[in-house]
This record gives sequence, structure tokens and C-alpha cells, in this order.
Amino acid sequence: MSILQVSGIKKSYGGIRALTGCTMTFEEGAINGLIGPNGSGKTTLFNVISGYEVADEGQVILRGKDITNAKPDQVFAAGLGRTFQITRIFARLTVLENLHVAAQRRGFMSQLRSWKSAAERQHAMEVLDFVGLTRLADEPAGGLSYGQQKLLEFAFIMIAKPSIMLLDEPAGGVNPTLLRGLADRIRTLNADGTTFVIVEHDMEFVMRLCDHVSVMHQGRALTGGPPEQVRSDPAVLEAYLGTDSADIEEVS
Amino acid sequence: MTAIDVTPVGAAAPEHVPYEPPAAVRRGGTALVLVLLIVFPLLFSNPAVTSIGVFSMIFLVAACGWNIFSGYSGYISIGHAAYYGIGQYTVALLVLHLKVAAGWDTFTLLPVAGLIAAVLAVPIGFVLLRVRKHTFIILTVAVMFILQLLAFNLTSWTNGSGGLELPFPTWSGSFFNEPFYYIGLAAAVVACVVSWWVRRSKYGLGLLSIRDDEDRARGLGIRTTRTKLIAYALSAFFVGIAGGLYAPFVGSVYPQFGFDPNFDLAVAVLVFVGGIGTLSGPVIGTLLLIPLQQYFYLQFGNDNLFLIAYGVLFILILRLLPGGVAPAVTQLYRRVLVARRLRATEPPAPPGTPAAPGEAERKEGTP
Repeated sequence: MSILQVSGIKKSYGGIRALTGCTMTFEEGAINGLIGPNGSGKTTLFNVISGYEVADEGQVILRGKDITNAKPDQVFAAGLGRTFQITRIFARLTVLENLHVAAQRRGFMSQLRSWKSAAERQHAMEVLDFVGLTRLADEPAGGLSYGQQKLLEFAFIMIAKPSIMLLDEPAGGVNPTLLRGLADRIRTLNADGTTFVIVEHDMEFVMRLCDHVSVMHQGRALTGGPPEQVRSDPAVLEAYLGTDSADIEEVS
Repeated sequence: MTAIDVTPVGAAAPEHVPYEPPAAVRRGGTALVLVLLIVFPLLFSNPAVTSIGVFSMIFLVAACGWNIFSGYSGYISIGHAAYYGIGQYTVALLVLHLKVAAGWDTFTLLPVAGLIAAVLAVPIGFVLLRVRKHTFIILTVAVMFILQLLAFNLTSWTNGSGGLELPFPTWSGSFFNEPFYYIGLAAAVVACVVSWWVRRSKYGLGLLSIRDDEDRARGLGIRTTRTKLIAYALSAFFVGIAGGLYAPFVGSVYPQFGFDPNFDLAVAVLVFVGGIGTLSGPVIGTLLLIPLQQYFYLQFGNDNLFLIAYGVLFILILRLLPGGVAPAVTQLYRRVLVARRLRATEPPAPPGTPAAPGEAERKEGTP
């Protein structure tokens, strides 16, 4: 069953056509990879899905619900969390406070209450433990290294328990040991039922982790399928070779 | 790029050095300041001195209120005199039209002044908060001047530049300041308690996340417009009360002293000097600067020299403590703590082992 479906999404910035009728389906419970040369529209697609950009045309369906051009907070409330290519954390809040922001509750009374309760802290600490940031809980997030910030961003999406997580280049700037840890955590969450869509340039990472890989080229879906099939697809190689030779070694 | 552990760190984790003084110190300090403020008029009964106290309380209410919005959300408003003026005119008009007796009865109008300011802040804030950063700052000033212009021109209500006169209470000269002082102090305590509550509530955490990255906060389910608007109205409420206290104290209301650009700057300066976005910042800034300013005024008021002296002091503080007094104090405290721990752990640690790994990483990225 598909959990997230985009159809005919178009988006241009002035003369640049970032998305040119992108249609794609992501299966529930899968780890989906989304690859493509630089400028093929992957991040723009994420922005449109998560409500940060307004699509010119097209439709986004999340779990049977039309969320086209919904606001970011509504998309989040509908169960979709995302990370950013360049990490966006709350630099002046502590690591623990960062987690609590995402764990906001609905309802007037709960807004009035302190977030420093023992139960909430316990839950947040479990999540921090999961990504290995426990000892930094009370440090300001702005002081973390880039890799740690990536983990923090992952953690604060995770704490809200979204049914689908969109990760934009989770491996960028993360060292190999950490990367293996991250892959393990993605698999663990996936086993618990979270669906993933991962944009990534690290082909090793994508091919090993993902059940299904979609390829984007010039603002639309080029092809999709199991990793092995995509890897050997001549059209994919063509797309990378034809537009951006810097990515050759990653594919071959 | 620092390599970090993937495995959860257990017993080997270095001890965390807290960023704030312990709760006992903070509570003790708060209690001490409160007691000093309560006994202040009993120790200094000279009206010249207690009137400084009254001005301090008026600005304390305003600064705490302003900080709830601008400090926590990061949206700097240089136009909160709009609500200072609204508070003043609310009290003045109600006193004159309802024939409220001067003195204690006038004080019952303070919540009304605050409420009217807060209610008017909702539509104004709704428009202003569509923009951010510099544009927001400029628009807040513009709104304040528009209201000042209205006060000048709606002569049937405000008597224009002629202003409105309020009756003075019939209290004796030696007692006159004290009711204003204690009512101001009570309002300031309420403002501080609300500020404290906002700082630790889930709602307040949403505000702080907006300060750091508004779009990101939105993507994590924070309803940013509503969150900002509530804080804006809340701060207008307290600034309105400050205005409502000022009007009967000086006995008159004029457009240029109600919707007063100097007030805008003064409140922002107080909070910046004390430490913006902190709980104690507005209190420290106000209690430090307003008495000094008034003292300079009394000493060198004749040739406006006091403004120069005040300016020099302001530059010195900003030069030496760019983050404000409150953060500087907590940083100093933390530095002492770290130094003490380093000294304590030095002998057993093998050479080359950093004593607190978290510390070095943190300093790099902290602006």
C-alpha cells in the first residue's frame, strides 16, 4: 500500500523549472531511496511535500489524505517529519530542549505546563540514548559538531513518532562509523513501522540500506525499482553522465 | 569534523558543568532582591528618592513585559510605546469620563489599561508579524508614530497637543509616592512571574524555538503565528499597565510623552544591558540603569549633560558585556566552576587527556 503519493508536481523559480510534472509513489513500511544528479529536484520535491514550498501544480497524498500545499505544521501533524540537507536545529536551546520542541502537545492546558517533568525527560533521554547523544543533553545545540547536529535533527523528528520520515542527505558530513550507526537506527525504526524516504548522494549507503530506489532527473521521475536493478539501469548512468560528470564515480 | 561515539555513553561520560547557578542561589537572590525592593521606601523616605523608585517600577513592568515577546521570540519591537500610550490614554479617559476618584480607585483601572492594550495588540500584531527581522522593527516604530499622530489629531478624545490633565490624589507629599511604588512593585512581580512561567512552559519553548529558526519550528508542528501573537499581546498587556501607572503619577497625558520614542529605546536598552531573553535580564537592567539615569538627571540635569554621562555608561556596558549583565554573570560562574573541576581532576589524569571533551567542542561553535 502506498503511504505517500505525489502526482504531476510542477514548480519553477523564475526561469528555472525545478519540478516538471513529478509523479512518484512511496510504499508503506519501506526504506525508499531517492537519487538523482545535482539539481534534479530532489530537495524541491521534499520542500513541496513538507509544506515549505507551494507547488505550481500537482497533488500530494499522504495516507489517503490530500495535503497539497498544506502548511509545514499541518504536514507535521499529519505524521510526516523531515530533516534538512544543511542541518536546522535550535542553536541556543540545549539538546534536550530541542527534543522537547518537537514533542509539543496539542491542547491548551498542556501548553501551560512545564516540559521539565520527569516522564517527558525520561522519554527524551531514551531517544537521545538511541542516537548516542546522552552526555550532551544539557549542552547548547549550537555547540555540537555537524555530525552530532545531524543525529540531533534525526532524534527530534523521531521523538514525534511520524509515520513517515523524509531524510535529506543524512550521510553528508557524517563519518563512516557514525554512518553505520545511523543506518542501524534507520533499520530499527523501520522494523517498528516507520517509512523512510532518503535523499542521498552516498551510493554505498543508499544501495545497502534501501528496499526501493527512485531516480529523479530534470525535475521528474526517471525510473524506480530495487537497488540492483537501478544500479545497472543504463538510463540512470546516462542521466548522471549526461548532466553532471562529478557524480560518475559514485554510480560506477 | 569530530568523530563521536555511536554507542551510548554510560558511566564514562564526563560530568556536565551546569550553565546556571544552582536553584538555591537563584531563589535566594530573587528573595533578597524582592525584600530589598519591599523595604526600600521604608529606608529612604525622601520623596526625591522614592520617585526614582516609582519610575524604576514602571520601567520594570514594561521591561519584563517587553522581554516576554521580544526577548523570547527574537522579534525586536521598537514600538511598544504604542501600548504605553494606549495604557496612559485608557486610564486618563476613564478617570475623566467615569469621574473615577484620584488615588486608590484609579489603580483599579490598571488591569483595564492592560487589557485594552492587549486587545488592540491582536489586530496590530497580526499585521506586523507577517514580516520578520528589520522590516518588523521598522514597522513597529511606524505603528507607534501612527498612533501618536492619531493622539494629536483626534482632538475630541485626546485634546490633541493640549493633552489631558488628571486629578492628583490628596495624599501628603511625603506619602504620595508610596502607593504608586507598591502598586508598581506588585505589577512587576506579576510580570516577572508570567515571564518565568512562559520561560518554562511548553508554550514558551515554542517561542524560543521561533527565535532560533522559525521555519524549522513550523515544520515541527509549532503554530508560529498564534504563538507569536499571544506573546505580543501578553507583552502589550504589561506595557499598557506601565502606561496606566505613569499617567496618574505625573498627572497628565500628552501624545509625545505617551507614544514616546524615547520610551521605546529605553525599554530595549534596559533589557539589552541586563540580558535579552533571560528571566533576570530585564530586572537587572532596569534596577541598574533607571536609578543611575535619574541620579545623573538630578546631578547634571541643567545642560543635558546627564544624557552624555548616561550614553558613556551605556557604551561601556555594551563594550565590556556584549551579551548583557545576566549572561556575563552566569558565564563567569561557569568559568570558575570549570577551572575548579580541572584543578581537582588534574593529578590523576594521564597527560594529553582532555579533562572535559564536551567543553572544547562547545566553545568552537558557540557564538
